[in-house]
Amino acid sequence: MNNNNAGRLILQIYMGIFLVFMLAPLIVMGGAAVNDSRFPSVYPWKGLTERWFIDLWNDPRMWTSIRNTIFVAASVVALSVPIGTAGAILLNSLQAKARSFVYGVMVAPILTPGAVIGISTLLFWNMLGRPIGAQDSLPFIAGLHLSVLGQVSFIAAYVMLLVLARLQSFDPGLEEAALDLGASHAQVMRRVLLPHLYPAIGAGALIAFFQSVENFNITLFTRGNSDTLTVYVGSKVRTGITPTINALALCLIVLTVIGAIAYEISRRRAAARERAEAREQAKAEAAELQAAGA
Amino acid sequence: MRELVRRYGVTLSGIILALVGFWLLALVVLPNLSLLNVSFRPYLPVDQLGGPDDHYTLRNYVTFVSGDPAYYFLGIPISIHVNIFLLTILYSSVVTLVSLAISYPLAYYLAKVVRASNAPTLFALLLIPLWVSEILRSFAWFIVLAYQGPLNAMLGMVGIGPIRWISGFNGVIIGLVYTYILFMLFPIYNAITSLDSNQIEAARDLGASVVRTHRRVIMPHAKPGIASGCVMVFMLSAGSIIVPTVLASPGSRWFTQIIQQWFFEGQDWNTGSAYAFLLLVLCTVFVSVMMRVMNVRLVDIAK
Amino acid sequence: MSEDVELAQVSMDFGQFRAVNQVNVTIKAGEFFSFLGPSGCGKTTILRMVSGFIDPTEGVVRIGGSDMRGIGANQRPTALIFQNLALFPLMPVWENIAFGLEVRGVDKAKRRAKADELLRLVDLPGAADKKISQLSGGQKQRVAIARALAVEPKVMLLDEPLSALDLKLRQHMRAELRAIQKRTGVTFIYITHDQGEALAMSDRVGVMSQGVLQQVGTPNEIYNAPRNGFVASFVGENNIFTGTVTGGEGNYARFETAFGTFLTRLGPGVDRNSIVKLYVRPEHSTLQSSAPQGKNSLPVEVSEVAFEGNFINIHCRDDQGKIHQVQVQNDPSNPPPQPGARLYLVFPAEHAVLLSDSAQVQGHA
Repeated sequence: MNNNNAGRLILQIYMGIFLVFMLAPLIVMGGAAVNDSRFPSVYPWKGLTERWFIDLWNDPRMWTSIRNTIFVAASVVALSVPIGTAGAILLNSLQAKARSFVYGVMVAPILTPGAVIGISTLLFWNMLGRPIGAQDSLPFIAGLHLSVLGQVSFIAAYVMLLVLARLQSFDPGLEEAALDLGASHAQVMRRVLLPHLYPAIGAGALIAFFQSVENFNITLFTRGNSDTLTVYVGSKVRTGITPTINALALCLIVLTVIGAIAYEISRRRAAARERAEAREQAKAEAAELQAAGA
Repeated sequence: MRELVRRYGVTLSGIILALVGFWLLALVVLPNLSLLNVSFRPYLPVDQLGGPDDHYTLRNYVTFVSGDPAYYFLGIPISIHVNIFLLTILYSSVVTLVSLAISYPLAYYLAKVVRASNAPTLFALLLIPLWVSEILRSFAWFIVLAYQGPLNAMLGMVGIGPIRWISGFNGVIIGLVYTYILFMLFPIYNAITSLDSNQIEAARDLGASVVRTHRRVIMPHAKPGIASGCVMVFMLSAGSIIVPTVLASPGSRWFTQIIQQWFFEGQDWNTGSAYAFLLLVLCTVFVSVMMRVMNVRLVDIAK
Repeated sequence: MSEDVELAQVSMDFGQFRAVNQVNVTIKAGEFFSFLGPSGCGKTTILRMVSGFIDPTEGVVRIGGSDMRGIGANQRPTALIFQNLALFPLMPVWENIAFGLEVRGVDKAKRRAKADELLRLVDLPGAADKKISQLSGGQKQRVAIARALAVEPKVMLLDEPLSALDLKLRQHMRAELRAIQKRTGVTFIYITHDQGEALAMSDRVGVMSQGVLQQVGTPNEIYNAPRNGFVASFVGENNIFTGTVTGGEGNYARFETAFGTFLTRLGPGVDRNSIVKLYVRPEHSTLQSSAPQGKNSLPVEVSEVAFEGNFINIHCRDDQGKIHQVQVQNDPSNPPPQPGARLYLVFPAEHAVLLSDSAQVQGHA
């Protein structure tokens, strides 16, 4: 119908404009990384240069920031994946009211402003140290460890949501079958439940890592004197911008694009594999019906 | 609880409960209670802590509403901080509405109109700005909007004189929309995909116009996604620090910047936490109102 | 070696609902025993009590003479074949089968060998490395059986395993299961709602209704000597008459109905003062052109003749409008009567049994 096609075309154009709106600033930012101009911009274009990358490479504070960011992110993954998974398993065995209530508490940090999470984390641990007079020493003072704890509070919730969704497709009969065959509870978990959850756990770990790397608000209030990548960029923005930030940004964008491509490839492979399996099963069924009839 | 032990045995259930307990108590509930607690205590030098002056007080909250009434809201004189708070609410709401208006057609397109073969590629393209961090997104827009930046350069080529984009709150609004719009797009997309396309066709078949089909069939189904998106965008906007810092002009400040001031420049954690608690209350109220208005429960938040 | 399973006065309550009511039965070692009954009769609950997923509210479950109370599912010498099979989708066929051995710490080579051996037993050689998603329904069935046999259980429990299969496949698998049971000599406890299945495969059958065990006996006994109206109705067809007992001597009674007084036999546990109904099987009924002397008969009109292959079901209506069935062998040289024909439904006294309705609590097995 003409109407339909016209509508579709409008939407396609709209989507195109939106994509430009979304991606153009990133391209501009990348472009400014190679433009030989002191103030980050692409106009006026002063010629290609790699000096911003060199400046970036030589900035020790940047390297410290990267190291700290990775440390924090790895710790966040190490904590939030087990916690989130445990949360999903617990939630799945609760009913009705208890389930809604616990779910609410678990999801609340996602809906809480990062500044509030950061501040409350800082205050809580500081307060914990007071009764023993240790409020000025580790672990009760601000530092990367508090950033980890603050970030885990909401990142674990994301992991929990992913694992919980995956749990819905799990047949509890499999746990019973394993028990019936003599497995201990630990064996059931290890050999039956967790393998089913691995895709969600893997996705959760990935999400946790990236959410941690890009977190700013919580980190700002809890980091104490340590730098992380986001704080480093944020502080540069306030003090004096040079295109070294753009150089950093370009590196991150390129990494993201590579990640997106890798994701797409693995997705297509998995889909093809599933189709092949379904075909085999159909063949086996047909063959069996023939044999039984004969 | 019994179900948990039955399925996993005593040891494993213990581990699960310990992990979740640590999470919910030490990382969520107790810190927020601390925040509440500290907000009601006065800011004292270290040696006076625990002494006679260290008692519960409303002083920090009073600071919020007091001060020179240089502004007016509905005829009532209000302090500068209250003014900033109200402006933050106002502009965050604007950002939310704009994001919703922009995202809805896009979500619909992605969910129902686009050809299945193109969808994953589009997704990948949309995910790139999402995975690039929030900081970089804000910063990118800063470059684009700079007075000497590329946007003005492009407009200059068609003869439109350079516009000072970053004036007042304009830059902040645009920046917030850009930074957080994907948090509106994806929940609505998720909600619409779960709608059976046959329903849309049935409505059209029965003679409903495009507008009516959306109003009566698609939008109600998308409600949880819309609610989720609005809540996320509002919360992220009202609580945003870096975007207002980078994109606001000196005269217009964001509420989070005031909180920052108390903490870092004033070292006054008590008043700062009172203000932070106000921000928390704001977001909680918004979530509740949204849930009530849209008739959804908390189970709408999904990635 | 397989073992006895004893259910002693076993009851199971879920809140206010009593799913199993005072069940008393001993299943002998090496026996193929079926629990037969409609959905909701409690047979699945019994299976879960024997396998150890729930503990009875009252009574004792004993396996091989030992009280199983407090012993969890993973410690009992039982193996359960689930209705949806519950094969582990992420493990290949041989790992599924060898799972029970893996959790007992058997080394890989031995496990693989045992899996191959069992695959030969269930007639699936070469399937060891396949994925579960590549198998057909019948093949999955056999893998499930192999997996259960691998742990050498004393008791095999089967939860309606054939209900998801096509008819022809079901009949084929019935024979296979029976053959496997005879070959291994393991006690099989089988639950089903399909009476044909239960009668064809079992050494003994326990008929259940609403949590109560109605009768336990060989298939022959269940069919030919049902203890009450429920068993008679659930297994096979019946023509049922209401009425009152008016006299008679010994094992026989006079039963007065709207069609006259019939000479009938008293069923088990029934005396002349009980409230009973009269049950006559279609294959024991005949249609004759005139009412013979000294035999039970009533006038009927043929309403429909249903050709069912190797026998014919003749539906006929009595004077009160109720439909009765007469079953005759399909003999082309002796065609059945036409619809509309007015004949007499005749049945002998020894096949006219008076039975009370179902038992509310089990008498004795």
